[in-house]
Amino acid sequence: MEITNTIIEKHGLKIEEYENIKKLLKRNPNLLELGIFSAMWNEHCSYKSSRLHLKKLPTKGKQVIQGPGENAGVVDIGDDDAIVFKIESHNHPSYIEPYQGAATGVGGILRDVFTMGARPIALLNSIHFGSPNHPKTKSLLNGVVSGIGGYGNCIGIPTVAGETKFNETYNENILVNAMAVGHAKKNKIFYSKAKGVNKSVVYVGSKTGRDGIHGASMASAEFDENSDDKKPTVQVGDPFTEKLLLEACLELMKDDSIIAIQDMGAAGLTSSSVEMASKGSLGIELELDKVPCREENMTPYEMMLSESQERMLIILEDGKEDHARKIFNKWDLDFVIIGKTTDTNKLTLKFKNKIEGEIPLEALASKAPIYNRKWSKKGISKKKLNLKKLKKIKIEESLIKILSSPNHSNKSWITHQYDQMVMCDTAQKSGSDAAIIRIHNKNKAIALSVDSSANYCKSHPITGGKQIVCENWRNLISVGSRPLAITNCLNFGNPENEEIMGEFAECLEGIKEACEFLKFPVVSGNVSFYNGTNKKNIYPTPVIGGIGLIHNLNKPLSHKFKKEKSIIILIGKTFGHLEQSCFLKENYSIIDGNPPEINLINEKNNGDMVLNLIERNLVLSAHDISNGGLLVALSEMSMESNLGIKIKKSKKLIDLNGYFFGEDQGRYVVEIDKKNLASVEKFLQSDSIYYEIIGETQEKFFEIEDEMKIDTNVLYKVNNQWYNNY
Amino acid sequence: MKSSVIVFPGSNCDRDIANALEKMQFKNQMVWHKETNLPKSDLIVIPGGFSYGDYLRSGAIAGKSLIIEEVIRAANSGCLVLGICNGFQILTETGLLKGTLLRNKHLKFINKDINIKVINNQTRFTSKYKLNQVLKINIAHNEGNYFTNSTHLDELKNENLIAFKYCDEKGNINNQSNPNGAIENIAGIFNSKKNILGMMPHPERMIDKLISNTDGVNLFSSILN
Repeated sequence: MEITNTIIEKHGLKIEEYENIKKLLKRNPNLLELGIFSAMWNEHCSYKSSRLHLKKLPTKGKQVIQGPGENAGVVDIGDDDAIVFKIESHNHPSYIEPYQGAATGVGGILRDVFTMGARPIALLNSIHFGSPNHPKTKSLLNGVVSGIGGYGNCIGIPTVAGETKFNETYNENILVNAMAVGHAKKNKIFYSKAKGVNKSVVYVGSKTGRDGIHGASMASAEFDENSDDKKPTVQVGDPFTEKLLLEACLELMKDDSIIAIQDMGAAGLTSSSVEMASKGSLGIELELDKVPCREENMTPYEMMLSESQERMLIILEDGKEDHARKIFNKWDLDFVIIGKTTDTNKLTLKFKNKIEGEIPLEALASKAPIYNRKWSKKGISKKKLNLKKLKKIKIEESLIKILSSPNHSNKSWITHQYDQMVMCDTAQKSGSDAAIIRIHNKNKAIALSVDSSANYCKSHPITGGKQIVCENWRNLISVGSRPLAITNCLNFGNPENEEIMGEFAECLEGIKEACEFLKFPVVSGNVSFYNGTNKKNIYPTPVIGGIGLIHNLNKPLSHKFKKEKSIIILIGKTFGHLEQSCFLKENYSIIDGNPPEINLINEKNNGDMVLNLIERNLVLSAHDISNGGLLVALSEMSMESNLGIKIKKSKKLIDLNGYFFGEDQGRYVVEIDKKNLASVEKFLQSDSIYYEIIGETQEKFFEIEDEMKIDTNVLYKVNNQWYNNY
Repeated sequence: MKSSVIVFPGSNCDRDIANALEKMQFKNQMVWHKETNLPKSDLIVIPGGFSYGDYLRSGAIAGKSLIIEEVIRAANSGCLVLGICNGFQILTETGLLKGTLLRNKHLKFINKDINIKVINNQTRFTSKYKLNQVLKINIAHNEGNYFTNSTHLDELKNENLIAFKYCDEKGNINNQSNPNGAIENIAGIFNSKKNILGMMPHPERMIDKLISNTDGVNLFSSILN
């Protein structure tokens, strides 16, 4: 078959890239080889536009066992325990087929974690939809939520935290990011680097079908009006088989049979075999006749490019084949030796006793294209918003408006569809600043949170990048954990557009600065470009998933008020920053101006202080202040505890709206027992932390002196209305 | 007391129930679904999960599995059998318990803490609870909407075979406190000999204060008694 320009374009390759392929091969590729190049060289697998920028991120620290470059990141949590975690996007498939797209997103990220020898212990997600009024939003939301639940509930791993946001920027391109967290023994981590020649390459798991062919290439292009035609590129998930695969792999991992293991994720058999062999500077030879197939007459091209789910490739130690086969047979899974490692440094594909394709591995891996794409800077907006002219709205009215808005409404309609309790180690569920998962049979725990701020990132990407790291750090601090490390999912538009590439470069710059300062390294992640339809790009939406460590989980700390007449302290300085705030968005439909500034020094000092107070048992409840500002934070602390507040207006000279709804960063609210006030103040003063004692908790009523008084039950009702009526 | 937990490939609450049993001092064994011999036990537990994937009706395949024949034999000779969630669904598939579990009325999976009321405390499973005691307990299911015909419903009522009913915090049994649409708010039932209990809520999730509460403890201590 002659490779025409149309065929090249259909494979998502540029003509220049094709010329490069010919040079590397020193001949023309056949169709199978072209397919393999397209699978390895697309944006999703090669990170060709992002790699130069990703290199700048801090990835090291004494807690880091494995940084980016493996299936997932690994951090040390003391004793012989390690946490393995990663976040990944499944945006494109979820827009085309929400249930299966979201479900296989969960399945894929789970495999990344148990491939490394970890038992998954928690799932998280960050999902972004278009405007609630957009005709597609409701069914997409429904499909995605049931897909996430359907997979996690069946396999039996609790879905414990997440965020759901609405913004019209996602009308034609939703975001579905799933994060998985696993627990492993430090000395039992499995990697994907092959070692040794003539070792058996084993295929385990589900059979290969014709689903998901070109899935990774599909995810590396924008959508257009024909996107619905791409449905066949979406894979179908089977959580039951994944459960079998999980248990079988963990059983085999108990001894030393495995040299290397890699899940077949994006670009399936191609990327798993290429990655294992190229990391080990070896070659790999596959006999494709042996690949277990679900359908008849599958061609080598289809087998190599299929993205059928729930499959793994394993390289075994000599003589361990029978032992391993026994385990996989017990779990009724396919187990076939389909090839061996070689010393040729080539990927060799045999079918019916003929070599159907042969490619030097370096051409697929280290010689894959890297682009230094042009990008443009975004400055600070000089224009100052004039808020004086806005129509006056009462504080109470504004608060109710925010609490009843889709983005701030209680999300239990969603979280109740996820099993959050299975495995019996969930000490704190969704709806808190961070979830808390106990390490099984131990007294320590990890805290987990995912965060994003697309509006901030759009208006000033560097600040936005810093802000999401800080927000995540604050959420982990607020439940009394020491932040350890993050994973990131970088959702952006078309990188060939200078402005979008600028958003990417600058968000990353912000993430880097904050991570470096807070010693909060990035250990894994994923980039998703081309989020857009017909040249309309989404807002830059990097998502941060962070984990923290709680040494002694005697009592999980929540943000709910605990008792009457305790002291409420606001930690951190309030300047009244209203640009880009929820207050302006929900009350006046204004989304404009600059995001609040990040002061990393204050951020760190305030966070360290809050953690110090929590660890000394001086805090009854704690909450970080984020979207919606002080008053929204206070109402969240009130609503589920049925305890109100009695606070005074600020005597400082900023306007009331700025004080109560401003989104200045680095702030927390803590509830302190009266008897501990003196010692708390001593700590705050000795470290020169800015704080204000703003009032006390009281029974039932949420009250600002001379301004508002409302029953906390009313706030609760308002906050719980929207989803139930949607 | 000896207990056996039946493990199907898709069981996912097997570890949780085993932990609970061990914590309560049962001598527990896990029994793989391909076994044809059941170790001698005083209690058999069929745990929650998705037995064989449950892509077909929940528990339908498990109800015909190798090990389940042994469970039926043991149950018929008086051994205590507890089916939780998927275990309850499987028990109805085997016919050991009558009725069936339909999809939840809102057609969505539900996981939350709800309240149930102890309707009969004169059994091997519930003797440590007070009559009409209200328990806060976790549910997690897609098909928990218990249904049965009117003859069997009368039998359940007349012979006092209803174990638990969904209620509110104060113990009121009504529509609002029914999370899944179950007939007469039924959350768990016994067979006529009262040696088999099937229930949708998860008592094994309620034995640890740090994670939830300890409202499930008395179910296990009743059995031990």
